[in-house]
Amino acid sequence: MYYLKLIVKNVFRAKLRSSLTIIGLVIAIVAFGLLQTVVDAWFAGSNASSASRMVTRNAISLVFPMPTYYRERMRAVNGVKSVTLLNWFGGIYKEPKNFFPQFAVDHENFFDLYSEFLMPDEQLLAFKRDRQGAAVGRKLADEFGWKIGDTIPIRGTIFPGTWNFTLRAIFDAKDETTVTRQMYFHWDYINEYLKQKYPRRTDQIGTFVIEVNDPSRVADIAKAIDAEFKNSLAETLTESEKSFQLGFIAQMEQIILTIRIVSFVVIFIIMAVVANTMAMTARERLTEYATLKALGFSPAFVAALIFGEAIALSLIGGGLGILLTFPLAKAVGIIAAAVFAVFKVSQATVLMQLACALVVGVAAALVPSWRSARIKIVDGLRHVG
Amino acid sequence: MKVPFSYVFRNLWTRKLTTALTAGGMALVAFVFAAVLMLDAGLNRTMVGTGSAENVIFIRKGAETEIQSGITRDQAALVESQPQVARGEDGKPMASKESLVLISLTKSGQDKGSNIVTRGVSPMGFVLRPQVKIVEGRAFRPGSTEIVVGKSVHDEFDGVAIGQKLRFAQRDWVIVGTFDAGKSAFDSEVWGDVEQLMQSFRRTNYSSVIVKMSDVSGFEPLAKAVDEDIRIALEGKRERLFYEDQSRALSTFISFLGIFLSVIFSVGAMIGAAITMYSSVAMRTGEIGTLRALGFRQPSILVAFLTEALLLGLVGGLAGIACAAFLQTITISTMNFQSFSQLAFSFLLTFKIVVQTLVFSLVMGFVGGFLPAVKAARMKIVDSLRAA
Repeated sequence: MYYLKLIVKNVFRAKLRSSLTIIGLVIAIVAFGLLQTVVDAWFAGSNASSASRMVTRNAISLVFPMPTYYRERMRAVNGVKSVTLLNWFGGIYKEPKNFFPQFAVDHENFFDLYSEFLMPDEQLLAFKRDRQGAAVGRKLADEFGWKIGDTIPIRGTIFPGTWNFTLRAIFDAKDETTVTRQMYFHWDYINEYLKQKYPRRTDQIGTFVIEVNDPSRVADIAKAIDAEFKNSLAETLTESEKSFQLGFIAQMEQIILTIRIVSFVVIFIIMAVVANTMAMTARERLTEYATLKALGFSPAFVAALIFGEAIALSLIGGGLGILLTFPLAKAVGIIAAAVFAVFKVSQATVLMQLACALVVGVAAALVPSWRSARIKIVDGLRHVG
Repeated sequence: MKVPFSYVFRNLWTRKLTTALTAGGMALVAFVFAAVLMLDAGLNRTMVGTGSAENVIFIRKGAETEIQSGITRDQAALVESQPQVARGEDGKPMASKESLVLISLTKSGQDKGSNIVTRGVSPMGFVLRPQVKIVEGRAFRPGSTEIVVGKSVHDEFDGVAIGQKLRFAQRDWVIVGTFDAGKSAFDSEVWGDVEQLMQSFRRTNYSSVIVKMSDVSGFEPLAKAVDEDIRIALEGKRERLFYEDQSRALSTFISFLGIFLSVIFSVGAMIGAAITMYSSVAMRTGEIGTLRALGFRQPSILVAFLTEALLLGLVGGLAGIACAAFLQTITISTMNFQSFSQLAFSFLLTFKIVVQTLVFSLVMGFVGGFLPAVKAARMKIVDSLRAA
């Protein structure tokens, strides 16, 4: 018991230095947590994907469409349960800074495939019945204060003109990984309009989403589908939804890698600062440690004392840092809502923060404790701090 | 009476290890600070260097990027015939009608594809971009399925050496050359013949029309005429501005990340400096007492310790900049969120960044050293002499 008491007393002996060290630690842990959360946020899309869904796109690249009649041929492939249409719309709501994803989908079965979006049956029905109807996620509706029945004007960048949609349904997330910051409307509505103005662009779709009966057969089915359209005008590339989403992240790999490296550099620098403090403290107290040893305490006890102090410091700093991460992440999530659909501190991040704090404490205490434990009593007593 | 500068300097010199550690921490912060600014400057240079002051780019109204745009042949012909468009020696308008598609290529060491802009250009396309030069092989022959690749594409992607073929749109495209576009965005593109590309992709519309003005003051009337003519009704933008807009989101992201990192790092470094300076003051209590007894006044002591902290900051800042200068050889290739395609850019060290970084490190040193310096100055002569 007196051992713990001694450690606590030691921690608060040099108040200023300890508090500076703790502040440094808090900042490092918060920074580490936020950067990890940023990296997690990039992966939000791929975490939300389902194992039984596949995405087919044009093999050349995503900007090329495929004819919609492919759908019937896909349905005939063994193992395919159902197929729906999904087309990136890329419109602007009032101003470009209000960015959120919009998709033109097949209203009939889209929400059957995406069962993670929860909404009342009557809203779903209203959405299906209204050609200009739209369904938006809860997060998006809250952000712009939309209510059922509101008219939402979207200015098209790929599809020229201003499109007015009536909000018919608001869906909620099934669990935390589900992204609800997007908008869906009828692909038919867009297609009808294109028929009048740009007949060449009609009956073309950006992606097909395919649901399979057996998720373990995804690879085979993807191969079968792509073989079906080999050497046609629009060759296809089918992959699992997760791999499709990861494709986007791979394109930004270098940025994500940079953030990852930086978050570890932060920890490293702070480790140096804390280690420096611990070393300084130990140097100053050499006489004291020698006295303890002269009184009969073992070298292990002295080492434990130093370790205890370092770990206590790092745990206080780490704990405060973890507590602060949550409100800060919430604030960042609100500011950067347009960039990150999901910005949530994961459990893994908290554990990593805790581990980092501990590593910092242990690493900082290693050298000083080794030296203090080994110093000869006489030398230590003679030493002037 | 001022404390001699040599005293300050020697203090740092005597405790080489502590000085090096503290300055090293500050150097790291200065390095990160400079690196982020350099990245933004590099991105900016790439985008500004892509556009030319005399060129105007036309895209469909409402479209933000060339990929989203579509221009019919009739519209393109009408744009070309505007009076403000410069004429070449042969009397033909200096305009390039271009078609853009994205193709997926694999970066070396990755298994997923990245989007690459493939630009179909008219023969005039090279004339309008004097910065684009063939450095290896030759240019594609008009009317053939030959293509040339930009330097960044050549360096970072697989299967794009001269003589190799890319297969897309049911055809094989032979790579016959590599071009250097002077670190502009074109370095991340693949170029081919516009008519061939459009035919293969079954397109009837161009993506954009780029014209050179005979006089830079002709922009407003040209844009106005094209905007108001109901047969054309396209949006004209100065090429330089257009490309700057293309990378705005990426630029904002980099700046945001930079500010965030700098703030966090600098607090860490200031704390490091403060701890070092405090211990330096504590260790020299007797010395400070002696100085005071010799007749040095409190402000002189304060200034001496602040100078020491500032020197630490300066050394750190210089070391940081020196390290950051090496970054200029690195090129980063990442996806531009707006154009949805790969963009390569490198770090760029400018004089402004050097000054900013030095000021930043001096401020770090000053803030970190202020409280310890005050403590040193406030010591009572008798007490501090006795402490020794």
